[in-house]
Amino acid sequence: MRLGLVIDLDTCVGCHACAVACKEWNTSGTTGALTDYQPYGAKPSGVWFNRIRHYEIGEYPYNKTVNFPMSCMHCENAECVTVCPTGASYKRAEDGIVLVDQNKCMGCNYCSWACPYGARELDRASGTMKKCTLCIDRIYDMEIPEEERQPACVLTCPAHARMFGDFDDPESPVSRAVRERGGYQLMPELNYNPSNHYLPPRVHAPIPTEGMRKKAAAKVKAWVNRVVER
Amino acid sequence: MHPALAVIFLTLFSGGGFGLMALVAVVNDFHIEGGLNPLQTLVAVLISLVFVTIGMLSSTAHLANPKNAWRAFTRWRTSWLAREGIFAVLFYPFAGLYLLWVYFTQAPADSVGLVLANLAGLIGLVTIFCQGMIYAVLRTIRQWNTPLVPANFYFMGLGIGATILAAERIVFGAPATAFVALAVALLVAAAVLKGIYYFWISRPGGPTIRTATGFNRLTVRILDQGHTFGTFLTEEFGHTLPAARARNVKLLMYLVAFVIPIAALAFALGTGSAAAALIAAAAVVVGIGIERWLFFVEAQHVVNLYHGRPSC
Repeated sequence: MRLGLVIDLDTCVGCHACAVACKEWNTSGTTGALTDYQPYGAKPSGVWFNRIRHYEIGEYPYNKTVNFPMSCMHCENAECVTVCPTGASYKRAEDGIVLVDQNKCMGCNYCSWACPYGARELDRASGTMKKCTLCIDRIYDMEIPEEERQPACVLTCPAHARMFGDFDDPESPVSRAVRERGGYQLMPELNYNPSNHYLPPRVHAPIPTEGMRKKAAAKVKAWVNRVVER
Repeated sequence: MHPALAVIFLTLFSGGGFGLMALVAVVNDFHIEGGLNPLQTLVAVLISLVFVTIGMLSSTAHLANPKNAWRAFTRWRTSWLAREGIFAVLFYPFAGLYLLWVYFTQAPADSVGLVLANLAGLIGLVTIFCQGMIYAVLRTIRQWNTPLVPANFYFMGLGIGATILAAERIVFGAPATAFVALAVALLVAAAVLKGIYYFWISRPGGPTIRTATGFNRLTVRILDQGHTFGTFLTEEFGHTLPAARARNVKLLMYLVAFVIPIAALAFALGTGSAAAALIAAAAVVVGIGIERWLFFVEAQHVVNLYHGRPSC
């Protein structure tokens, strides 16, 4: 198995619900807590497994806002695991999930240097590196209904912009979505072979904004404005 | 990259210490200008051990959870950081035994002594290689992902060692012409190699904000980073140095690390001035400390692309 996520950049609305749901679930999960620094202070900051950035692509009038959620890509060539001197970082053979053993990590930051996607963040309170677990304490939990055995970010997404599944199965929904929608990996030139894939925005005709015929109501309004003096 | 003093001190002092030990072995192997007498050998090996220890201790200051530091010796099959730790620790018994051997037998260049000195020197050189590879293997940082990094670490470490050794000879009043010549040659080589490195990293290359987001044929610019104040990522990787300031710091670095030590050594050799010799040794350590600071602050991690930088 090669578990991972597919992010649909066409439908993501950038609401950060996935990041909030992630933080809520994982702060009491196996690698919790996700410490906040000065949560009510002047400069709030803290540990997150999932961050959403927002970009403008293209030039006006063919430009578009793209919301860009990023978490651990659970790479096939996970350099973060290779460089770890303590053996705290490891990649599970059975499903490809990359994890950090909080009891072994010495907090040297080296794995975060090796990660191109910014997936790893040091928790200053525990002194250990923390990262997305793909909700491993949820997807294998036989106590919850089968349809809920998915990462918290996927379950919560109101736009259905996130999919979870097995990339080794060519007929899984994630494999099919990648095949049909031209899903791609980020920074393929670094050869980390990330599991997570991104679906590009669909191509839409731009909505015209200039040279439009005025509607009848607007014409009447303009005439009234002309004849009625204040 | 965040220029953490702990990591700067690690590579600076331990590199210099290992370089010094290797040169002590070479000098006593070949009896260069009569070799080092027992006292000079003791002082040099002691300085080497102190330098390596400063480096090792300051490296643990970089750990957020040092109680697990002993585990760092376990993943030597894949991790250069683990290999560096193992070889650095392996250095101590050989350097320490050589120190004791010379202290008790007063024979720095008999066969037992030379075996110990050469093994210590060799392990030190291997450790410098591992230190360089810690940075050189990272494909995420273009400025580090080059074989020039371990090469630079070698010449800088040997340059520090040679300058300290030459200064020591002058302070002891022993003949030092070959020592000064060795130090000058290594410092010039280190300066040239660093110049090649700066030329190399000044050429643009590597991933861009387009390949990072996958919109390879479009312009991409950041609208919002998604966080109001700094994160671990911005604190660790966000540091930059404006080009004009970088140029000035590099000029200062070349002056302090290479020009002043070479001039001071030449002056000390001519006049026998111990003060000038000590100035040379202090300047080379400070100067290469500035070089190491630049090495970190100029390293641009690709995660900055996601925070809106067009290229790194």
